[in-house]
Amino acid sequence: MKVTVDSEKCCAGGNCVMTAPDVFDQRDSDGTVVLLNDSPPAELHDAVREAADVCPSACITVSE
Amino acid sequence: MPDSVLVVGAAAAGLGVAEALRRKDYSGQLTILGAEPHVPYDRPPLSKQVLAGDWEPDRIRLRTQEVLDGLKAQFILGDPAVSLDVSSHVVRTACGRTLTADAIVIATGLKPRMLPGGGDLSGVHVLRTLNDALGLRAALQAGLTTDARVVVVGDGVLGAEITATARSMGLNVTMTGPQPRPLDMQFGPMVSGMLADLHTENGVTLRLGTGVDRITGAGGAVTGVRLSDGEVIPADLVVVAVGAAPETSWLEGSGLTLDNGVVCDASCRAAEGIYAAGDVARWHHETLGTTLRLENRTNASEQAGAVADAILGSSAPFVPVPYMWTDQHGVKIQVHGTLHPDAEVTIADGDPSVVNEQGKRRFVARFRHEGRVTGVLGWNMPKQTIQRRREILADLSPA
Repeated sequence: MKVTVDSEKCCAGGNCVMTAPDVFDQRDSDGTVVLLNDSPPAELHDAVREAADVCPSACITVSE
Repeated sequence: MPDSVLVVGAAAAGLGVAEALRRKDYSGQLTILGAEPHVPYDRPPLSKQVLAGDWEPDRIRLRTQEVLDGLKAQFILGDPAVSLDVSSHVVRTACGRTLTADAIVIATGLKPRMLPGGGDLSGVHVLRTLNDALGLRAALQAGLTTDARVVVVGDGVLGAEITATARSMGLNVTMTGPQPRPLDMQFGPMVSGMLADLHTENGVTLRLGTGVDRITGAGGAVTGVRLSDGEVIPADLVVVAVGAAPETSWLEGSGLTLDNGVVCDASCRAAEGIYAAGDVARWHHETLGTTLRLENRTNASEQAGAVADAILGSSAPFVPVPYMWTDQHGVKIQVHGTLHPDAEVTIADGDPSVVNEQGKRRFVARFRHEGRVTGVLGWNMPKQTIQRRREILADLSPA
């Protein structure tokens, strides 16, 4: 799995951090998404797919 | 497990149900019926980046065509549902289609309210759909060249955002509404007072504290808004943002319980095999001990997941911590939980009295009511606000 984020589109909702905290973080200054791991291990894939689906600005892309 | 699912509504909630079903390995037939002609798009930017002209419509597509194709769902767009028969699970559409499925999801969202007098006048706008946003954008851009007087009727989230965006485009904007300060009911006096200052500092004229009775016009065009005390504020362009009603007109006579939304049980079930998600759904929130209908983007996705679970046989209650955000004049406000109007407010992080080198204030406020933390509100502090969300979770126990 390969994860990419469009930080310009990010609205700092933080839903990804609540859903998959091992893969996503937020910048301290403005809450913009920080990708911690662009190739997460298999046990995190479900959470990452859910994070991409619930992202309110649709800025997370997952390719498998 | 149902062999087929029909989702009525093709925005965030409807798409979310379809995606969550596939994510949970549902392999049955999936149909998504949308009233608008557009592929699923995101609404929050409509009052911000799209209205300002910073983003074109392509940018707010929720998914690429490739991702939509991957859902293996049939999309029927531009054809509103007109009726539902609860016992036979038959949905009829405006174009004459007859659709049926084992499970039906109602995700038809909201319809904006209009004020008396405003329905047929030119220069009067509402904002709900992409087409609304593009129409208002063009009107605002045209208004720039004529020095138009813009009046926004609405002191809630949408009214305040439209006000901020129109002002950022350079227009003369007056915000009206019955509350003493913008979002006073939602945020309480401290934060709404800061919001009032923010709008004023950015050049907005606030005419708050008196509601608007009707829109006035002459010769088919708007001339102003009349307040309940009789005063008329002249206007060349009026945006009506006085709330919206759940889009349930097509469900009248269906047998479903309609009461400010589609009334559902704790698992978002409205009747046997019929569910509701998003702005249109009123469900019983078990830990808060009340029925709730949330009009926000984050709930659309979250509730969609719960509905997918219910369709797949779960009877778990949907018990989210409500979460909304708003962007105004470069300030991002995020609210987790519920803010009682008479809550005791303390500052958990940051300092509302300090303006940093970027010209921004930053803080997280904690709202405590009857001894419990019921909500946190962040002002330009997204990450820290989410960290404080734990305090609500710790205090959220059955009422």
